[in-house]
Amino acid sequence: MILFRDLNKSFGPKDVLTGFSLEVPDGETTVVIGYSGTGKSVALKHVVGLLQPDSGGVEVDGNVVHDLDRDGLVALRSMIGFVFQFAALFDSMTVRENISLGLKRQEVPEREIELRVQESLALVDMEGTEDRYPIELSGGMRKRVGIARAIALKPKYILYDEPTSGLDPVTAAVINQLMVRAREKLGVTGLVVTHDMNSAFTVGDRIAMLYRGSIRQVGSVEQIQRTHDPVVRQFIEGRPEAAADAEGLVTQVVS
Amino acid sequence: MRRIGVQSLPIALFIAVFTGIVLALLSSYTLTGAVPLYFVGTLVGKAVMIELVPVMTGLALSGRVGANIAAELGTMRVTEQVEALETLAYDPHSYLVVPRIIAATLMFPVVVALAEVTGLLSGWITAINLLDMSTVEFVKGLRLFYEFKDIWFGLVKSMSFGLAIALIGCMKGLSASGGAEGVGRTAMEAVVLGAQMILVLDAFWAVALL
Ligand SMILES: Nc1ncnc2c1ncn2[C@@H]1O[C@H](COP(=O)(O)OP(=O)(O)O)[C@@H](O)[C@H]1O
Ligand SMILES: [Mg+2]
Repeated sequence: MILFRDLNKSFGPKDVLTGFSLEVPDGETTVVIGYSGTGKSVALKHVVGLLQPDSGGVEVDGNVVHDLDRDGLVALRSMIGFVFQFAALFDSMTVRENISLGLKRQEVPEREIELRVQESLALVDMEGTEDRYPIELSGGMRKRVGIARAIALKPKYILYDEPTSGLDPVTAAVINQLMVRAREKLGVTGLVVTHDMNSAFTVGDRIAMLYRGSIRQVGSVEQIQRTHDPVVRQFIEGRPEAAADAEGLVTQVVS
Repeated sequence: MRRIGVQSLPIALFIAVFTGIVLALLSSYTLTGAVPLYFVGTLVGKAVMIELVPVMTGLALSGRVGANIAAELGTMRVTEQVEALETLAYDPHSYLVVPRIIAATLMFPVVVALAEVTGLLSGWITAINLLDMSTVEFVKGLRLFYEFKDIWFGLVKSMSFGLAIALIGCMKGLSASGGAEGVGRTAMEAVVLGAQMILVLDAFWAVALL
């Protein structure tokens, strides 16, 4: 289980997360929704120790991430797959090398590595692209390779940072399908951050809305769809006054 | 390693050829009459080995190698590739920085050594063709005040240049932010700082070892 416990994080004068608490139960996919620039990526990066909290923290299976020593952090990272917003594939490496890199670090034997590369590429329907370079792939294909790179580690958790943003609707639907597949076939616990409501409703078991530094509401997909909370309603319905609020121009909530 | 070494050779040799020519002509101009012409060999030799070739090559490579490293790591930083490496449990310092620093520190002296040989050759060719010197005279001048230190001094200097340039490129690159524009700014800063560092180190070595 991933547990955010009263997480606070500022960059300079800018308070990004203020008392962010959330529980991510095993075996489910939890989706965090929220406006751009509210700190969704920042929250996600705390889970793998890419960022240090100012106070509070994240626990993964009972271990406090920012208290882990080097070896502890290596162990933690090898059970968490991270899918980056723009895939973050290594430009200088082929698809195969991209997927193998994490496995080499875990000292998986050479033959097993090739097997896992094939397996994970098959799972994202990208067979036959092993020798291509990221630059030769479309945005959607890169995302799929990014997912394959995470899956290949056989992680217990996968964190997805805006998996569908910037993709056309059909490609986005394919990515959604892959995330559902990862949970069903591999039993991975998912934590997805997104502002794509369609994606949130498709892949999520539970949805939480991040608003002004902390979780505004959390519930099942159904609960969120029927919410009476005006802020959450605005966001999921994409009403224009919500945009003004997102810019911080409207301080009072319009219901 | 190959990129830092082999691909930097053309620019380094280009600089060396012209440094050799200019040095030969300049020293003959300076020495007119008063001093025997074979001192041209001495001046060319000392200047090429100790100062001009190491420093000018260093400055040129600060542009090539420093900018290259900073832009490459900067791009990796702003596209989250550095963070991706970390999530795969790699340490970006040992994985990205150390090999680049080792490559630059080892390859710089090699490139500079080849450039020095080229500089001496071009000085010699200039001397016998344009200055009516004989090879014997040139070599006599070359050996006159020669010390073994002339060679290793230039090479040690260039090692420190390589180290500084790679280190600055890596540090700047890894701290890049702000998209493509940020990467461009980072590369520029790496080149400027690298060039300044070379001149400072050059003075430092002169004080410390000469
Ligand atoms: N490394 C950083 N340094 C400074 N500010 C940052 C850093 N990372 C994120 N921020 C700031 O934190 C805020 C939240 O960013 P982010 O988590 O990326 O938002 P999003 O919800 O769109 O993922 C933004 O205003 C961003 O500028
Ligand atoms: Mg983000």
